[in-house]
Amino acid sequence: MIANIPYIAAAALIIIGLYTIIFRKNLIKMLIGITIIESGVNLFLITLGYRKGGIAPIFTGAPAESTMMFPVPQALTLTSIVIGVAVLALMLSFIVHMYRHTKSLDVRKFGGDDQ
Amino acid sequence: MNFIDLIMSHAPALLVVIPLLGAFLTPLISKINDKIRNIFVISILGITAVFVLLVAQQVLDTGTITYVFGSSLQTQNNTVIRILFEIDALSIFMALVSIILAFVASIYSWGFLENETGQDKYYTLLLLMTAGMLGMVLTGDLFNFFVFIEITSIASAALIAFWTNRVKAVEAGFKYIFISTIGALFILFALALLYGQYDALNIAQLADRITFTYLDKIALIIFISALAMKGGIVPMHMWVPDAYGRAPASASLVLVAATQASLYGVFRVLFTLYGNVIHLPNISFGWILVILGLITMLVGVIMAMIQTDFKRLIAYGAVAELGYIFLGVGTGLTIIANPDIGISSAPFAVEAMKGSIFHIINDALDVGLLFMIAGAVYYATKETSLNSLGGLARNMKYTTIFFIIGLLAISGIPPMNGFASKLLIYESTYQLNPIISIIAILSSIMLLAVFVKIFQSVFLGPKLKKFDDVKEVPKSMLIAMGIVASIIIFFGLFPDLIVSNLVEPAVNALIHPENYLQGLTGGL
Repeated sequence: MIANIPYIAAAALIIIGLYTIIFRKNLIKMLIGITIIESGVNLFLITLGYRKGGIAPIFTGAPAESTMMFPVPQALTLTSIVIGVAVLALMLSFIVHMYRHTKSLDVRKFGGDDQ
Repeated sequence: MNFIDLIMSHAPALLVVIPLLGAFLTPLISKINDKIRNIFVISILGITAVFVLLVAQQVLDTGTITYVFGSSLQTQNNTVIRILFEIDALSIFMALVSIILAFVASIYSWGFLENETGQDKYYTLLLLMTAGMLGMVLTGDLFNFFVFIEITSIASAALIAFWTNRVKAVEAGFKYIFISTIGALFILFALALLYGQYDALNIAQLADRITFTYLDKIALIIFISALAMKGGIVPMHMWVPDAYGRAPASASLVLVAATQASLYGVFRVLFTLYGNVIHLPNISFGWILVILGLITMLVGVIMAMIQTDFKRLIAYGAVAELGYIFLGVGTGLTIIANPDIGISSAPFAVEAMKGSIFHIINDALDVGLLFMIAGAVYYATKETSLNSLGGLARNMKYTTIFFIIGLLAISGIPPMNGFASKLLIYESTYQLNPIISIIAILSSIMLLAVFVKIFQSVFLGPKLKKFDDVKEVPKSMLIAMGIVASIIIFFGLFPDLIVSNLVEPAVNALIHPENYLQGLTGGL
């Protein structure tokens, strides 16, 4: 049971993030929802890479008799975090522009006269 | 080994590297001169196009190419630990679609954006997006696929919001990046599900190991829905009209290619990643694709009928066209997955797949041409609303001719390319169920009606006083439209040439996943 807690946490984060995206009307809060989903997915990846008794895969200074974890999930998570930052920055800059035009962050104020 | 051999042996990597390097050189070069920058961008895309053709020839001659980055293929505990590109006939076909549209867009932008500011950023993003799209279709690794999806969506969102002084454009960009990020995060989740079970990220290796457990089914559904959302399949099409309609016309053109690259993801997942298990009985995934395709067609054309904005109307037309692609592939999949019929006794499964793969390039060209015309009309008149346009045929005769070509092509009228692929789809879906092909033909007729309406309200009619001084658009835009129009006519007159040389290998790559696996296991 204890070993499953990270998986439960990852699932909970993804569901909380989806809830935030669907039910919040503030653009910034929706953005926070996306970052919560991202944390959930990253936590899931990291958890997949963990093995009982394994140590961090840093080659220098590792004890001779130890088992290292396979570093691929960590590398994937790192990449995904970097991409996440780029996306977050772009979305925030869009929100800044939208706020400048309409002085509002309410998602219901946008997308008016279109069919 | 001489220099040319060396270059050729690294050609698959160069396909992504050249536009990527070009993207980051563009801001520097635009410090010198705008003209030099434009020539630089066009030549970068031209060089990439040449490499695509060279690699295409190699793939069609010798079969799947596996290009391993860094050094030779390394395995540890039976797991491939290198990043690699795996290029089969389908990948190179999609790369061809992307590079044609990107190249044409770069020529078109020269005239279209002549007096705009921020062109250096625009061209940087255009090249970045091209690199992302090519990476998406060439990569042999699921995680790389995710990275390239994100590169493409960041660049395209920024391009959609290029006119940041218009709140609608920024809004459309925000909508696009929001939706693609959620999609991409779920793709990452799904690939983590696969990685956790099978200890591999390589598509070929995963396909070899997959056993279709419960988690695999969840992953499959997440993959398909996330990629279909990025592709703009109804009911997840709500971002398409905004994104296509608000972006600069030259960017909409490349966005069409990005959408197609997402559809490529759907096909790759279904036919290669799950290729070994999709044949199992009791899995009728094909019918889901068929139904999605039908809904997409109908919703697309019906929504197109009530639009009054030129570009939004074309965007809904583009949605409808995607339905045909899904319909054909769905029909093929239904028949292949049905154990009673079997692939050998049902040649029309192959016909359906041929039709829809051929329709990918036809749709990209037709919709692209129409977007360029909408952009040309906007450039000349600064108007996009159909209610205030009229009588433009008198002043813009070349644009009118190109529009007639685009109109006939998108609604599948005989001498154009749309007819060739749609006929294949009609014929083969009729074998599955006549009602499907009736709906497909009906939506084509409705598309024709919609575009005749545009033709009448934009180009025909009395000369309007406010458009007296409207002139024909600059040469670069005419050249770009001319290139696409002549490819459309060429494909329409010689469909056999394209089908047997490009489309058939691509379909074979789809329905025989074992070839894709061999590209890797040959090195193991």
